[in-house]
Amino acid sequence: MSIGLAHLNCLELVELVTAYLEGDLSSGERKRFDAHLSACDGCTMYVEQMRRTIELTGTLRVDNVSREAEEALRHAFRDWKGR
Amino acid sequence: MEQPPSPQDAKLVERLRAGDEEAFMELVDNLNPSLLRVARMFVPTSALAEDVVQETWVAVLNGIHRFEGRSSLKTWIFRILTNTAKTRGVRERRSVPFSALDTEEGGFEPVVERSRFTGTGHWAVLPRAWPEDRLMAKETRSVIERAIERLPPNQQLVVTLRDVEGWTADEVRNALELSETNQRVLLHRGRGKVRRALEQYLSEEQ
Repeated sequence: MSIGLAHLNCLELVELVTAYLEGDLSSGERKRFDAHLSACDGCTMYVEQMRRTIELTGTLRVDNVSREAEEALRHAFRDWKGR
Repeated sequence: MEQPPSPQDAKLVERLRAGDEEAFMELVDNLNPSLLRVARMFVPTSALAEDVVQETWVAVLNGIHRFEGRSSLKTWIFRILTNTAKTRGVRERRSVPFSALDTEEGGFEPVVERSRFTGTGHWAVLPRAWPEDRLMAKETRSVIERAIERLPPNQQLVVTLRDVEGWTADEVRNALELSETNQRVLLHRGRGKVRRALEQYLSEEQ
């Protein structure tokens, strides 16, 4: 992912947020990203909202294994063990 | 990139080899929902995905004595799943080939509506601070759940594995055989839509 050498506008910045949060930007890109953030309330808010979104998504419950599947797998295990 | 074998993996493998049923059921609890989700990408029905997962567990047990810890146990299990599912997917003539993961959502999909920006690409309508009390309310969590359910299948899978289940980017790439860029693009688009759903919900009058 490469972005222009000059400054970054808000439209471009929002498309780089995931790469930024993943630590996938080059150091130059990261500097331009941070420089934009320090001067832009809208983008600062946007990045904050993305962080909160990810954080809240992480509090969702993971599915449970169905009782049926659990029983089937216990049987499979016992068959395997009994061989 | 493979992670080095962890002490937890080594211990678990030892217990499995010794025939410890509870060790197996712990592993099932941890991985079964994700195995089903990933399997579903390869085969046309949930019933087939369940078969694939069952077959995978049997293959895991039969192969556990061969596990050498060159990858994590999780990565190893998902590789078995992928191979099993692909064989099944071909046999069952899956309508959408797995390679569609790379191309299905082709074309540029902006993460924020173009109308939110001015002609020079600056915010025309600034994102507003979210009210903390509503953000932490239980109902907000259902909004996120519904937003994830509405995502295209590939984005849904990546967002679920990464953000709900806490997988690393490398684990997702390995299990789904995605390039670095594709993993990130699917995550980016999926997360962006979840944020939009939250913004929409939180800006509604109560």
